[in-house]
Amino acid sequence: MVEFRNVNKWFGKLHVLKDIDLRIERGEVVVVCGPSGSGKSTLIRCVNGLEAIQSGEIAVDGKRLSDPGLDLRALRAETGFVFQQFNLYPHLSAMENIVLAPMKVRRLSREAAEKRAAELLARVGIPDKADAFPANLSGGQQQRVAIARALAMQPKIMLFDEPTSALDPEMIGEVLDTMTDLARDGMTMIVVTHEMGFARRVASRVVFMDEGRIVEDTKPEAFFAAPQSERAQQFLSKILTR
Amino acid sequence: MDFGVIERNWNFLLVQGLIGLGNFAGGTLRLAVPAMLLGFLLGLFVGLGRLAKSRWISTPATVYVELFRGVPLVMVIFWFWFILPRALGVALPEYGVALAAFVIFEGAYLGEIVRAGIQSVPRGQVEAAASTGLGTAQTMRSVVLPQALRNMIPALVTQFIVLFKDTSLASIIGYLDLTKAAQIVNNREIRPFELYLFIAVVYWLCAYGMSRYAGYLEKRLATA
Ligand SMILES: Nc1ncnc2c1ncn2[C@@H]1O[C@H](COP(=O)(O)OP(=O)(O)OP(=O)(O)O)[C@@H](O)[C@H]1O
Ligand SMILES: [Mg+2]
Repeated sequence: MVEFRNVNKWFGKLHVLKDIDLRIERGEVVVVCGPSGSGKSTLIRCVNGLEAIQSGEIAVDGKRLSDPGLDLRALRAETGFVFQQFNLYPHLSAMENIVLAPMKVRRLSREAAEKRAAELLARVGIPDKADAFPANLSGGQQQRVAIARALAMQPKIMLFDEPTSALDPEMIGEVLDTMTDLARDGMTMIVVTHEMGFARRVASRVVFMDEGRIVEDTKPEAFFAAPQSERAQQFLSKILTR
Repeated sequence: MDFGVIERNWNFLLVQGLIGLGNFAGGTLRLAVPAMLLGFLLGLFVGLGRLAKSRWISTPATVYVELFRGVPLVMVIFWFWFILPRALGVALPEYGVALAAFVIFEGAYLGEIVRAGIQSVPRGQVEAAASTGLGTAQTMRSVVLPQALRNMIPALVTQFIVLFKDTSLASIIGYLDLTKAAQIVNNREIRPFELYLFIAVVYWLCAYGMSRYAGYLEKRLATA
């Protein structure tokens, strides 16, 4: 579903992704973790072309991102992205946030788009918030609207960049539950998160990054029981004793 | 002190001078309102142009802004009044000259306000829109501009008030606006104190009205 082959990326002189090789199959849930600045966000932002790479190859659903004939908009329409800061449109209601892209990009009628949006709001557990504006929603509710907004495009894969890091502790659970349901339904997901409980329960693989490299790529059981690298051991002991 | 002069010339001052209805092709509002609308439209293109990725668009937009921001408005009005008819070989009416001068002069300032407004919208908004497959133009129209406009309101209204008051400069080429109307009446009746106090109050009331309306608009959009 997603394939990185020998990918390198620089921000100016800063080498942020180093020789990344990664394959993610349909239906897999891959959790990416690692210390701050290790390149996790950059990694998943490359998948839908929010960041460009300087060498190597990325393919999503068989389409190479470097292909000059690639329809990047179509690829992004099929790739849901959920941001740490939600990035809901503050001038639009929850409903309008969700129906915008289906109507503009997929040319759905308002009726059809709103019907789908209502179903999605029910699915993420806030059916009564359709008319609320982002400013009047809690962080957890906003993030669930953001997930519904991404799902409204019926993506083949969902990317999450620390979706719970900006949330108060009591709201983290509701967002993780929504993501767990999504995984159970067979969605392919790449999730950057430090929620190790989620990784343990839901992930098919855990990828650990450090200084721009993938240091470990294993089953969660193996990762938590016996991390191979010293960096991963340090990282885990820090995060689990927090 | 004789405010009868106002009463006697009420129609000439307000209906002709302020609004622009009458025998003469003048009027402060008839100049200011289209100048604001057209100037804003031009500013929208200039602001977007300055942010364009292509240098062929952004450089001319930048040159235009720097050029017209760096010269006095009176100068621009004079250029248009003396040079443009000669260059084109036709006589131009005061109204056309004044409107063109204001639109082109204000377009530079309004373009900068538009640019700042667009840049005030967080990058994450554009990224969110792009991630759902929206194109650049769709993102601009449905996501960025609505938010940018709201952020622009205070600066925009300040500029509109400046423009509104600056239309009094059009009287130097003989355009019959409120200031010119007061001058004409004064030449006849020699009541400068009453007349210029009166038009000051009229200018102030209009400007204050605009500022109040902007405050209301900002509040209304803030809850949405
Ligand atoms: N737009 C940018 N321009 C320049 N440098 C950047 C940019 N974005 C990220 N970086 C740098 O690239 C490195 C990797 O950043 P990235 O955001 O991918 O890390 P991360 O693993 O997601 O960290 P965090 O856990 O803090 O979110 C960091 O050193 C960061 O400062
Ligand atoms: Mg990050």
